[in-house]
Amino acid sequence: MELIKPDLGLLIWMLISFSVVSYILVRFAWKPILKVLKNREKSITQSLSAAKKAKEEMAMIEFGNEKITALAKQESETMLREAKEMKNKIIEEAKQEARQEAAKIIDNAIRNVEREKNKAINEIKNQIAALSIDIAENILKQKLQDKSKQQELVNNLVKNIDLN
Amino acid sequence: MRKILLNIFMILFLLSIQQNSFAYNDTIKLKDSVFHEEKFNPGEFIFDHIKDSYEWHLFSYKGHHYAIPLPVILYSKQKGLICFSSKKIGHAQTYKGFRIASKGRYDGKIIEVNKQGQFIARPLDISLTKDVAAIIFSGLLMIFLFVSVARTYLRNPNEAPKGLQSLLEPLILFVRDDIAKNSIGQKNYEKYTPFLLTIFFFILINNLLGLIPIFPGGANVTGNITVTMSLALLTFIITTITGNKSYWKHIFNPPGVPWWLKLPIPLIPFIELVGVVIKPFVLMIRLFANISAGHIIVLGFFSLIFIFGDMKPSIGIAVSPISILFTIFMSLLELLVAFIQAYVFTILSAIYFGMASSEEH
Repeated sequence: MELIKPDLGLLIWMLISFSVVSYILVRFAWKPILKVLKNREKSITQSLSAAKKAKEEMAMIEFGNEKITALAKQESETMLREAKEMKNKIIEEAKQEARQEAAKIIDNAIRNVEREKNKAINEIKNQIAALSIDIAENILKQKLQDKSKQQELVNNLVKNIDLN
Repeated sequence: MRKILLNIFMILFLLSIQQNSFAYNDTIKLKDSVFHEEKFNPGEFIFDHIKDSYEWHLFSYKGHHYAIPLPVILYSKQKGLICFSSKKIGHAQTYKGFRIASKGRYDGKIIEVNKQGQFIARPLDISLTKDVAAIIFSGLLMIFLFVSVARTYLRNPNEAPKGLQSLLEPLILFVRDDIAKNSIGQKNYEKYTPFLLTIFFFILINNLLGLIPIFPGGANVTGNITVTMSLALLTFIITTITGNKSYWKHIFNPPGVPWWLKLPIPLIPFIELVGVVIKPFVLMIRLFANISAGHIIVLGFFSLIFIFGDMKPSIGIAVSPISILFTIFMSLLELLVAFIQAYVFTILSAIYFGMASSEEH
């Protein structure tokens, strides 16, 4: 029977010591521990969400990078193509110009040659004429040394002249 | 600081044993003769181990009992406040008119007697008994454990737990999340968590200490009805104080109940009111009965050796392996029960707090 009979002295001691222990534990153990645990959980949640955000950002950046690289590639390709085109165009133009210039030069040359040729021909003509005159003079001089011949000539000439 | 306290405690402990053994060595006469001369009485043997006592028995060696004497504090109407060591009244001695009753209504308790040794009265007995000492010891142990752990927490708040901290953190989180948060609800659980943690660890540590047969374990604290009554009383007081309007409304005017069950005879309110008292009462009985029953069974198996040994020593020796096997099995079961009962007491308290603080829905 004694086993199930509460004892007043023990009850008093139990309540006193349990209250004191409770107070000390609540004040110096549970409150700090629970606070730290809560803060730690909060910081873990925050860190996790921050990590997730950073990952997302990284993915975004990577995606952006890819886009930028692709764009740059495209740009460089177009630039290359354009440069090629430009080069071709310039070469073509240069060729054209060269051709034109060459044609002009050739033309000029031909004209010069023509002119020189004409000049030379004229000169030759003049000289031939002069020579001919000289020759004719000399021939005439020789032929007209006697009077009969001179007379004959004059007669010829006169004969040839039409008086009307 | 901690080390100093620990040292002081150790020195006091050692001193008290020594003093005691000197005092006891020559003068002792066997009081209960459990193991000698008389026939072995298993009932007495078991109840001696379960009951509270005025001294803390350590061990017996060659017929000498070695025990730590504890202070006896009495208040009697005639003599006023009296305080003396329990070794003065050991072995049925009478000291200043006080002795331990060996039979009758106050069997095992200190009574006041006159010169002829006749019973006068039972004084107000606020002695520091074995159970009180065990409660104080477990309290100090808890303070030591948790305050040092709290310091570790404060020192490195954002690091993974280590050492003692990693042993206790799962339990603390278990009480907070699985007991308090689940039973009370997200909104109010923080108010009750410290108390729930205190009772959980108080019951758990005392259950475990009760399983240790040698000092400073061995006291049957959580199997003492006074202790479980105090714990249940605290749960009851907290439930009653923190009960909100909705809680009282559900008791005195429960919604959804036909009016004729409330008026003119308030049948349902009466039943509810009885329920309010029964809840802590059940808490008290459950913990007390579970722990005491476990101890009784363990000791019962152990007693088998001596019961058979009394018949013939050889039978006792033959029985002992089986008996020890059963005792080990029961002790392991008790280890499980230690956790389960701490859990059950805490979760039921939490459920009552949850009822007291839940909003109307």
